[in-house]
Parts: sequence; structure tokens; C-alpha cells
Amino acid sequence: MKYLAFAAATMTATTALAEGPELVVYTYDSFVSEWGPGPAIEAAFEAECACDLNFVGMGDGAALLARLRLEGARSDADVVLGLDTSLIAAAKETGLFAPTAVRADYRLPITWEDEVFVPYDWGYFAFVHDAGLEAPANFKALGESDLKIVIQDPRSSTPGLGLLMWVKAAYGDDAPVIWDGLADNIVTVTKGWSEAYGLFLEGEADMVLSYTTSPAYHLIAEEDDSKSAALFDEGHYMQIEVLGKLAGTDQGALADQFMEFMVSDAAQSVLPTTNWMYPAVIPDAGLPKGFETLVVPEKALLVPAADVPAIRDEALAEWLTALSR
Amino acid sequence: MADRAFKITPRLGAGAAGLLVALVLLALGGVLARAEFGTGLRPAEWAAIRFTVLQAALSALLSVGLAIPVARALARRRFRGRAILVTLLGAPFILPVIVAVFGLIAVFGRSGWINGALGAVGLPEVSIYGFHGVVLAHVFFNLPLVTRLLLQGWQGIPSEQFRLAAQLRLTPRAVFLTLERPMLRQTAPGALALVFVICLTSFAVALTLGGGPRATTVELAIYQAFQFDFDLGRAALLTLVQLVLAGGTALLAMRFVPELAVGGGLDRPLRRWDAQGGLVRLLDGVLIALGAGFLLLPLISVVLRGVSGLSQMPASVYLATGNSLMVAGLSVTLTLALALPMAGWIASRSRGGVEAVGLLGLAASPLMIGTGWFILINPVISPSALALPVTAIVNAMMALPFAVRVLVPPMRNLLERFLPLTQTLGMQGWPLWRWVILPRLRPQIGFAAGLSGALSMGDLGVIALFADPERVTLPLQMYRLMGAYRMDAAAGAALLLLVLSLGVFWVCDKGGRWGAEA
Amino acid sequence: MLKLEDLLIVQDDFELRADFMLEARRKYAVIGPSGAGKSTLLGALCGFVPLTSGRILWEGADITASHPGRRPITILFQDNNLFPHLSVRQNVGLGIRPDLRLSPEEKEDVDAALQRVGLLVHAEARPGNLSGGQQSRTALARVLVQARPLVLLDEPFAALGPALRMEMLDLVQDLVAETGASLVMVTHAPDDVRRIADEVIFVEGGRAQAPQPAAELMENPPSELRAYLG
Repeated sequence: MKYLAFAAATMTATTALAEGPELVVYTYDSFVSEWGPGPAIEAAFEAECACDLNFVGMGDGAALLARLRLEGARSDADVVLGLDTSLIAAAKETGLFAPTAVRADYRLPITWEDEVFVPYDWGYFAFVHDAGLEAPANFKALGESDLKIVIQDPRSSTPGLGLLMWVKAAYGDDAPVIWDGLADNIVTVTKGWSEAYGLFLEGEADMVLSYTTSPAYHLIAEEDDSKSAALFDEGHYMQIEVLGKLAGTDQGALADQFMEFMVSDAAQSVLPTTNWMYPAVIPDAGLPKGFETLVVPEKALLVPAADVPAIRDEALAEWLTALSR
Repeated sequence: MADRAFKITPRLGAGAAGLLVALVLLALGGVLARAEFGTGLRPAEWAAIRFTVLQAALSALLSVGLAIPVARALARRRFRGRAILVTLLGAPFILPVIVAVFGLIAVFGRSGWINGALGAVGLPEVSIYGFHGVVLAHVFFNLPLVTRLLLQGWQGIPSEQFRLAAQLRLTPRAVFLTLERPMLRQTAPGALALVFVICLTSFAVALTLGGGPRATTVELAIYQAFQFDFDLGRAALLTLVQLVLAGGTALLAMRFVPELAVGGGLDRPLRRWDAQGGLVRLLDGVLIALGAGFLLLPLISVVLRGVSGLSQMPASVYLATGNSLMVAGLSVTLTLALALPMAGWIASRSRGGVEAVGLLGLAASPLMIGTGWFILINPVISPSALALPVTAIVNAMMALPFAVRVLVPPMRNLLERFLPLTQTLGMQGWPLWRWVILPRLRPQIGFAAGLSGALSMGDLGVIALFADPERVTLPLQMYRLMGAYRMDAAAGAALLLLVLSLGVFWVCDKGGRWGAEA
Repeated sequence: MLKLEDLLIVQDDFELRADFMLEARRKYAVIGPSGAGKSTLLGALCGFVPLTSGRILWEGADITASHPGRRPITILFQDNNLFPHLSVRQNVGLGIRPDLRLSPEEKEDVDAALQRVGLLVHAEARPGNLSGGQQSRTALARVLVQARPLVLLDEPFAALGPALRMEMLDLVQDLVAETGASLVMVTHAPDDVRRIADEVIFVEGGRAQAPQPAAELMENPPSELRAYLG
């Protein structure tokens, strides 16, 4: 811990001593909520680490990175959990992260070769709709249909940015044509995922940008099989969520232990039904019942992390132009 | 009397105003300290500025333009439920933005009630999404507030003038020209400015109902600069644009800003002899019904949607309720601690221009304030340790312009009446406040407290950088429920929030008036 | 006792001069045409109206810049002499301590004053529930507990009927006699002057004249005063 946190730590010295060293993990807000993976993971890790795991939740992945940039090397965080493949390049550019030796038997549609970040879960972006709907098979068909969709703004939302990269990865220079086609299907663009999904459930649109794993929530938690994800034949863009150790940590060993823990069975078995994403490593007990009903894209799309910054700005400009007409 | 010699709380008042300016400027300085200076504004940002100004101006014009006939109808009619309707006029304004948006969509959305009714009789669908949707939402938020402001103006026309009008048998048109139009000239410009400033900082409403990136506001551009581009210089520049736009408008119109309505006076219409014709009565009835429907239908939808979700709310929602009430209590205390001395200071000056300072808090982007202070505070102390005070301060800054607006006119009145007496009795400082100002301003203090408490209840905690993971507020918990697919439980939490916000408002407002002397 | 030394008050195109002494235990009537500056003169004595030049001396000490509450003066205005939200007893108590933290003895003083003006039974009432005469008595009870050596009346009884006004003036006379204070009262009624005043301060033409014995003056008024009295 940084000396700044020392003051706070001394005030609770007795408890801190009883619980051992403190590991501070920055993450996005929904990870730490009581419905997210945070509580279960904290309990499981503290049971084996003789330490005090402290999740600090804030906004989304982009907010995490912004905060880290503001804090710089003085950050209290030992580990940051919740960046995704779109943010990795920017995160590395800060120089705040340390390489890691953690490796695992990842079951990702791609080979994971990053030296710094460890993936803990992943998913495919997809348009979710009511099961009865005759869903289009690709962006072109969607653009030609009368179907109404709700999407998120790439400037304020991770899935929104994901959709931008999806169209770009699938169509490259033809992306503007696709966006032109989609323009009249888009009911509206929201600030975040919650607003968009809420609008969809209120019946404001036929489809909403979410994940192929979203129907799993309705099926498993609500025993409701009325939601499906549309399978697009140009492939689906992936979101891989990662964690990384900060170079400035003074709990290096503990941080390594936590990163190791996140890809262990104890953590991986919690993620599917709390974060509603695919685990990065298949748990010993396999995927929870219900996940086998999910659609599986034949092709996984992903822009290499290093190429994201340049493509991102170009794609945003195209998106703004197409939808501002 | 020689008011230049005697001022109420000049140091504290100027201090509070100075503190406010310092809070905003230091935050801006904090951001600039870390900024790298790049290019000026890009075309997309100029477009955002144009859109922001256009929608804010149109929202202000429509809010005021529509509030005039509604307030006029309310001013000259009495009916059962009028008092409740006047109270509910405060509701949309203090509703959390996202709750209000979902309420509007339930009524005006693609599968909303209106389109349901249109479809039933075979008429084509109307869409809420687009420029008109943004304006509609802003009118929903502000029309009731403006109606209350204007109602106060009507109440201010001396009853003798209506007696004279009756004597002269003036037609409604003539009454409008001779009595009402001059009053509106006084009150309307200020109301316009207030709504304009409120709409300047809109972000989520504009984006969601605007239907896409066409509806990019300056506030969204600031958000983008902070989180997407991490370009602090650009964020600071855009914030400056926002402050200049708001500050310029405010300074221009401040002297016209009307008094906010307080007290029983509003519930008692003047005795009127004009506008007794059947057609005029019918028209007023239609106007009141339309206004009330526009106001109440979205609220009803929030209630209906929430009732079924109440049972699904986890216990943590009630815990969050406690936190929210605590934040609200702290915000109210802070708002009054700033607003009362400021009001005393402003009221004992001959010009009220400094009141524009109060609008700074409303015009400054909360994201910028939060980031600026984070940059300044972080090297010294852990920001989450300051979560509660920072949240309270930001909420108080938002509520301050309204509180000051409510307090200044009666304070001025009180000083005019009693300053000489208090002077000969040697009453100064605390005894003056304890025995004269506080008891005599109780209704206005109650109203200001209610407004500020309710506003802070509904605040989503935009200051995410200072978030304390241990202390989740009710709006944040509601948002988390949405983020975890639990939309029904979230609707229940929204209902709880609506009831609590209105409850806080009602308790403070009522408490101020309870047992108060004439 | 109170010395007005080359007093000059200028407000826009209005001007008022005064240069005279007020003696202890005397009763002065201030008369003069409307707008001549009677209230302004009283306001200047209290410290509400700033002086353009000149000094006010109290027993030799310069009080020109003193705060109104620290002058040896108490005043009753035309209206707003009572706080409507406070009880009669609290209104009177403010005359002793502005923070109303009264010792038991001081509370007895308040009740004694209320007894003196015949209002002890109404001590807990609010002014709004009292008659005009009772409101005046409340204000006078406060003058009594303030016990300042100089009492100024800026026509506080103007709204009362003739009989009630006389009754109040008699009460004022008794009270200042009891406290040994001097009285300065603005009035329009020659009868009041004859009934109460020892001396008359005639305000006219931009000047407050030095006090002159009331009886003589009213018997044999100079021409300007005669014009005013009609």
C-alpha cells in the first residue's frame, strides 16, 4: 500500500493486523454489486490468502482507466480488473502495468499471448431479441429490414464501442455503408448498457445490442426462455475482460496470487452466473446448465489490441457521420 | 434608511459566494494543471455547442410559452385538488433523470400509452425520439417549475387592480393587456434564463431521447474528452464554453428572474371577476387537464411500473435508502449554511446581480468539478474518504441557485420592515438570526430545504471518482439493479425513490409552514 | 445632555441643519410642515441617517459614529415596532437583552413593565391578536425596560383614535417621568404640544430651530409657525 493509505490503515490497525495485508483491486461498479461476482470472489480469495481483499468499484472500464491515468504512479491500486481488449493498448501506454507470468489453459476463441494482462472472462456482442422474432442473419439484412434496434454510444459505453469495432472488423472500409443502412433502424442511442437494455425490455425496440450470454440470465435466473441472441454470419466481435498488476504495487506477491486465483476454478466457476459472461477457463464442473442453449458464432472477430486506437478514432468518425445525417 | 451602513452577514455571505466561485475555479485549475494543450474546438464540438444552445433555447421558450396559459388558467380557477396539483408541480423537477425518462417513454414511447391509443383507432405511430423528444423531455422537467414561478407573478398582482378591471368591465383580452402582460414582461425573461441554464448541462436525456449522436450536447463532449479521449485540456475548454454560455445568459437575465413561489398564498386564487364566460371556463379546464395529464401520466406510469417490483427489491435497497437520506440531510444543511448568509448579503445590497454567482454551480459540469477536485485532493488524502462531504457539496451547489432565489425576496422584505427596530434594539449576529430572520423566513427555508433535499435524493452520484464502495445511495443501487438485468426490482427502487424524494420535499415544505405565524 | 453640533444632512436636493442642545428630563415636541425633515432629524439622532457634517455629543462624548443600538436613545416608529412572530413578553424582553437570555431578575423586570402598562394578562399573546392600543402599550413596556435617557416618538400612535392617542400620550408622560428620561416627539397636533411639551423644535426651511418654550411659542407664534398652524 501507498503511504497515503497508511493513515487510513493505521486507524483500523487492529483489524488490518488480524486480516493480514490489504490488496486493493480497482474494478467497474457492476462487478462489486451484490449481484455481481465481487462478494463471492472476495470471500473465496480471503479464505486462502490471509489478507484483506478490497474491491473499489467505479463506473465502467473506461472510467477505470481514466481514474488510473489521473492517479498515475501514486495509485493505491495493486490490481486493476475490468479493462477489455479495446482498452488494453491505452492501458499499456500509461506504463503503469507490470508484466505477469500468470498463464492458464484459456478456452478463448483466439490464442492469448499478452505479457501484461490476464483474461478472466469473455463474451460475444450480439443483438438480443424476443424468441419469436425472425432475426436477420447479418448487418446487411438488419439494415434492409424494418426492425428497430437500440444501441449504446461508443463514446460513453463499452458495448457501444464494441459494436463500432465489430462493424469495422467485419466490413473494414465498407463500414460506413453498413452504418448508412442501419441508420433508420436505430431507435436511439443510450449512454450505457442499462438504459438500452431497459428500453428493449419496455418494448421500445425489437433488438438491443448486448451479449450472446444475455439470454442465459433470463433462462437461469428467471426461468424465462423468451429471449434469444441473433446469430450473424459475418462473425461476432469479442469482448475479453482482463486484469493486470500495477508496477507500483507494494503487494506484488499477493497481486500475483490474486491474478492466479482469478483464472483458478474457484473464481472461474463464479463468473458465468454472476457476470453473465463465458469464463476464460472452463470450470471443472463445466459451464452452468443453460449455457449450452446459447448460440455460438462460427467466427470470432477481434481487432488486435495494438491496432485499436487508430481504428477506433476512424470508426467513431464514420459512425458520427453516418448517424448525424 | 441608510442601508449602506447596515448589512446582514456581509462577510459570511460574500464568503459563501467566494467559496462557490473558488470551488468551481479550483476544479477547473486542477484539470488545467494536468492538461496538455492541443488544438482548439473541433467541428464536432462546434456542432455540439450549436445543438446544445438550440435545444436549450427552444426548451426554454416552449416551457415558458406553454406555462403561461396553464399558469393563467390555474390562477383564475379554483377546483378540488388544486392544492395537490400545485404541490405535484414540483415532482418532475426533483425526479432522477433516468426515472423521468422511463416515465416519459411509458407514455410517449413506441409501445407507450399514446401510441397504444393511436394504434387502437388505426392512426399512425408518433415517435418521441429525435430533437422534439429532447425538447419534450425538457419541457416535462421545466414546465411545472415555470408554472410555479409564473403563478407567483399572478399572485403578485394586487387584488385592487382586478377590482378595478371588474369595475371597468374589461374583457379577458383587455385584462391580459393591461394587467397580465406587464407582469409577464417582468417574470418571463428570468424564467427563460433559468430553464436555459438547466437545459445547457443535459446529457443522458438529450442522448437517449435525441435518437443518436445528432443529439450530442456539450456535456457529452466533456464526458467524451474525459473518458474516451482522456484529453483534459479539451474537457476544460468545453467546460469553459459551458460556463460562459450559462454565466452570460444568467448575468443578462438575472435582474428579471422572478421570485419562486412559496407558501399558502399560491393555494388561494385571487378573487376574479373576469373570464367568467362559458367558453373561457371550458378553455381553462382543457388547459389545466392537458397540463395535469402531461405532468401526471409519466408519474403514474412510474408508480404502476414500480408497484410490482417492490416485492422483488433486496434488503440492500433499504440500506441504500438510509445512506441517501443521510446525504440528503447533509446537503440540506450545507445548502442552507451557504444560502442563508448569501441571501442576507444579497438582500442588503441594492443590486441583486451577484446572485448570478449562484448559477455557477448549476452550469458547471459535475464531471469536471469531480475530476478537478480529484486531481487536487488525491495526492493529499484518499478521495473515497471524502465521498460524503464531496457529494453533499456538489448537491448543495446544484440546489443553491434555487435556495437563494427563494430566500432573497422575503429577506429583502423583512429587512425593509424590521431593520430599524432590530438596530435600535442592538440585535446583531446570532440573536438577529435566532429571533427574527429564522422564525420569519421559516416557510421559505422549509421550501428551500425540501427542494435541495429532494434534488440530492435523486442524484446518481455523478462524482464516481469519489465513490465510497461502502456507502451506496438509492439511485446508484437502482442503477446497479438495472445493470444486473433486474429491471423489475429497479422499477420498484425507482418508485421508492419517487416517494422518498416527494416525501422529503413535502416534510420540509410542510415543516416550514407548520404553526408559522402570518 | 445631547448636543447637536453644526449638524448637516444632505440627501439629493434635501438639506437639514441643526445646532442645539437637548436637556435632561425635558419634553420636546418636533413640529413642522410635511416633508420638512422631522423624521429625518429623529433618524439622524438614532444613527439611521448619516450626517454630511457635524457631530452629536452625549454628555461630552462623541457618538456620531456609534451603532444605533449603542446610543442612549430609544425610538418608536410609525409602525413595525413589534415582531409579529414573538410573544408580548419576548418583544419586551428584547429591550433588555437582544439574545433574550434573561436572568430571573430581568424576567421580573419584564413582567413588572407589563404589569405597569396593564398587559401582564396578555404576556403570552402575539401582537397580531392584540388591539391597536394594546400593541402600543407593548412597545411602551419595552421603552420602559430599555430605560434609555432619551425617548424618541416618530408618531407611533398616528393610527389610533383621538381618545386612545391621548391615553397613550399620558402613559408616555408618566413613563418618562418615572424613568427620568427626556422625550422627543414628532407631532402634527397643536393640542399635543400644549398637553405635553415643555419645548418645541420647529423644523422648516431646511433648519431645525433650537428648542423654544412651548407655552410662549404657542401663545405667540412667529409668522412661519403661524402659517404652518393655520
